[in-house]
This record gives sequence, structure tokens and C-alpha cells, in this order.
Amino acid sequence: MKVLVAVKRVVDYNVKVRPRSDMSDVDLANVKMSINPFCEIAVEEAVRLKEKGVATEIIAVSIGALQCQEQLRTALALGADRAILVQSDEVLEPLAIAKCLKAVCESESPDIILMGKQAIDGDNNQTGQMLAALAGYGQATFASELTIDGGNATVIREVDGGLQTVTVTLPAIVTADLRLNEPRYASLPNIMKAKKKQLDTTSPADLGVDVTPRVTLKGVELPAERSAGITVEDVTQLVDKLKNEAKVIS
Amino acid sequence: MSTLVIAEHDNASMNIATLNSVAAAQSLGGDIDILVVGSACQGAAEQAAKVAGINKVIVADNSVYSHALAENVAPMIAEIAAGYSHVMATSTSMAKNVIPRVAALLDVQPMSDITAVLSEDTFKRPIYAGNLIATVHSSDAIKVMTVRGTAFDAAPAQGGSASIEAVASAHDAGTSKFVGEEVAKSDRPELTAAEIVISGGRGMANGENFGMLYNLADKLGAAVGASRAAVDAGFVPNDMQVGQTGKIVAPDLYVAVGISGAIQHLAGMKDSKVIVAINKDADAPIFAVADYGLVADLFVAMPELDAALS
Repeated sequence: MKVLVAVKRVVDYNVKVRPRSDMSDVDLANVKMSINPFCEIAVEEAVRLKEKGVATEIIAVSIGALQCQEQLRTALALGADRAILVQSDEVLEPLAIAKCLKAVCESESPDIILMGKQAIDGDNNQTGQMLAALAGYGQATFASELTIDGGNATVIREVDGGLQTVTVTLPAIVTADLRLNEPRYASLPNIMKAKKKQLDTTSPADLGVDVTPRVTLKGVELPAERSAGITVEDVTQLVDKLKNEAKVIS
Repeated sequence: MSTLVIAEHDNASMNIATLNSVAAAQSLGGDIDILVVGSACQGAAEQAAKVAGINKVIVADNSVYSHALAENVAPMIAEIAAGYSHVMATSTSMAKNVIPRVAALLDVQPMSDITAVLSEDTFKRPIYAGNLIATVHSSDAIKVMTVRGTAFDAAPAQGGSASIEAVASAHDAGTSKFVGEEVAKSDRPELTAAEIVISGGRGMANGENFGMLYNLADKLGAAVGASRAAVDAGFVPNDMQVGQTGKIVAPDLYVAVGISGAIQHLAGMKDSKVIVAINKDADAPIFAVADYGLVADLFVAMPELDAALS
């Protein structure tokens, strides 16, 4: 079984992001970039499928600037077999990325596509669902458990009320939630080996995809600051403040 | 200009979260219709028809739409949405699953979790876990979006008498199947709708200690939430998680107990009106957003708080 796993290059989750001085966008100059944590979980799941003997080949794919090679090398060090970069310096939105991924699916014919449920930069939570729509595949989003059984994937999904179990016919898209697994760290020998693994480059134009944005960013602002609070001495004072000052309990 | 609001429901009744999207649609102006896609969903449709200011309710009632499988529901929504300028749904796990699929079928780039309507094509939405607010402009003919419930006060559930119109299409993709669900049952209010939320973090040490929070919650009519750390550690189930990728809450009172205040958690609760933090670590980041901070061992403070409110 062939697994395609999509990875996104994003600001490292430990970085406190700031706007540019002209407030046009987030300031990404000299900021540490990493593989999106949810994508890392998707890569780990792909590697575990291979270790269980379910998957035979893992192809990591990323869509973005040349530097996305770093995140693809990370995926290769974690256990992907080869990688594809769809290189573009344009601002790419989920619809355009989903179209690129669909084109890659057409040439690679994977049996399952694993992705993160959302990226921690745009917080869109869209690309997997959009790829599923464009490809006409089933989707199992927000996965906390994945089991492959013949031509089907059974997935436990994290939903508002609790957990839902669905079965999707393969090929299908599965998007990873936080509790699907705990990703491993890449070992030094594997990082060295990853440098020699195959990494092919293509482009949206080669794939016949128009990436012209539909939604454009007009600017960013900082959220409203909360005014400084106070430290209370004890529970008695806390209850007094809540009853008589904030008036949120009676 | 006309907006199609997608109802969130369990067939028998409409989820009040839908009313937040109706409010967002009202701030846009123009006609508002509600679409109910479900199976034996007449009850939900009748409630939708009572919402004040609704033009009409469209009902797609077919067994293929039970359990709201995205593969079947999305083409139904896309079919109806083609006649509107805007499509809105409140950001629930159902909407997050279905709306992007609808948008792709319409060849539209959707906008997730909008928090303000600036004009018919310009909206605000949080990015980077709410550390920045983006202003975005859509050039698509149909603007498709999910709405952050806490950013719009619910529209009145009563006062309307919209007509109900049935549509017959049944889209069955045959690519997915509902197997089962494990839904938490609780007499406490829903996290996203509660006026008071009490949440526990890693400091709670285990699931049993959450009993202290449940007791206090029942006295105050509050809901109980948790940080990602508490859910990851297995203290409580995932549906209690408040944060960037969990539930977004903005109650009148939020009490954070034994929660350090990671950015991901703050993203889910920092719009609460009053925030109380109880933590023994005086340097915990949660105190930076708290209106009232109590530096104390929660295992001492919580029983005292419980006694003080009895």
C-alpha cells in the first residue's frame, strides 16, 4: 500500500509571532521554521503503517518555497521513502494547495493520503477536506485512531460531543488530530540517510494548477490586550471579588 | 445579497450554535435562509423556522444525510448554496468537517472562524492561535465561511414564522459509513454555551481529582473543561478540551485550575469576560491574562472555594 503524506513548513510552535511594522502581515524574518506539528503526527502514522507491514512506500509532499525541502528532509529522516516538492514562491491558499495535491495524487495513485488536520499558522483546517472533495474521495478528519482493513480505513474521530467512528473506502484522506500518536525524534543516522533519499521537484504550472489567490490578506493587528488583573490573598477575598466587584456569581 | 446559514442539529432539534451564524448573517444584511440537511429532521426544521428574521427554511430530509457524513452532505449544501452570495455555518466539528468540502465543490476559497463582518467581502479572523487578527478580502462569487460562535451574540430563537420548503435531492457518495459514536452525556451545560466554565490542567494530577471541579460546577451551574495537557494525560476525554484546536469558549466567568496557560490554551479562553487563575506557580503565564489570580495549592484552595460557595 502506498501512502502519501503532506507536510507544511510553518513557524515553529514555540515562536511568539509578531506583526511586521507596517502591519501588512506576520513578520517571518529570521524566525525558526519547522514542520507543522499536525503534519508531523501524520508522518509518524505513515511510518507506523509501514512498520506494521501495512504500507510499502511513503511519499512525503510539500507545496511552497524551495526551503520546504528542509521539512521534506525531516519527513524523510522520520521514515518517508521519497519526497516531492511542488515549488512556488506565491502565497498559496488551501484551495490551490488542494489542487496541487490532487494532481500529485493523480500521478502517484496513493491508497491513502495522511495530513495534519490544520496548520498552526493560518489555523484554516481546510486542505484535507478540500482535497477529498476535488478527488471525490472519502474523508476522515480529526483522527485519533486509524485502522486499515483491506480496502477500508476505520477511523475514530474527535468531535464536539466525544468520539465518532467512521469507515471510509480507500483511497481516502485522513487528517490527524493531536492524539493519533506521539511522533518520534529522528535519529542522527536517519538524518544522514535522509540527505541521500530521492527528492523530486515540480511546480503548480507543471501540474496545470492556477494558484491565483481568491482570499487576500489586507493586514493584521494584535488582539485586544486584557487589562492587568490583581492577585488575591486567599479564597475569601476571591469569592468577595467575584460576588461584589465582578458580579459574576451570586 | 442573500445568506444561506447551515443549521447544526441532531435531527430532533437545532443546536443553538446556529443562532450565532444567524447573528453574523444579520450583521451582513440581506435575506437569510437556513438550510437543514438531515434525516427525519423535521423537528430541527421547525425550530429553524421560528428564528426571528429568517426568510425561509430549506429542508433536505433523507436517510443518506443521517450522521452528517461530509461526502453526502457537502454536495447537497453546494447544490443549494449556488443561489446565494454568502454561506455561513458556526465553527463546530461538523462545520469544520463539511464546509471546506462544500467550498471546494464550488471552487471557492473558504474563510475559517470569522470573528467580525466588515463588509460583504471583508472579514476578520484569528490566525496563529489568536496571536494575530487578520483582515481578509474574498473575491469569490460565493463567500463561504465558518463563524466563531463566541464572536457573535446569538440571534433570538423565537419570534419568526418562516416557511419550510423541502428539496428532494439525495446525494449518496457511497465512500463513507457511520460505525458508531461515544458521546459524553452530562447534565451540565455545554462548554461553548455555559456562562461559567471551570477548567482543570495538568496540576489536577489525575482524573479522579476532577471530581472537585464537577462538584463546584454543579453548585454554580457551570460547565467543566480541561487543558490539552490534562486530555493528553488521559485525565478526561477529548470533548472537554479548551484551546486552539479544541473548543473556543467565552463565558462570563472562566476559572482555570492548575493550568499553566500555554498559548494553545489561551487561544481558547482569553475572550472570557472574567478570568480566575488558581495555580501554585506564581510565574505561570495564565496569571498574565487573569483578572483575579490566586497563588495557592489547588488541593487546598478548591475545597475552601467549595465550602465558601456552599
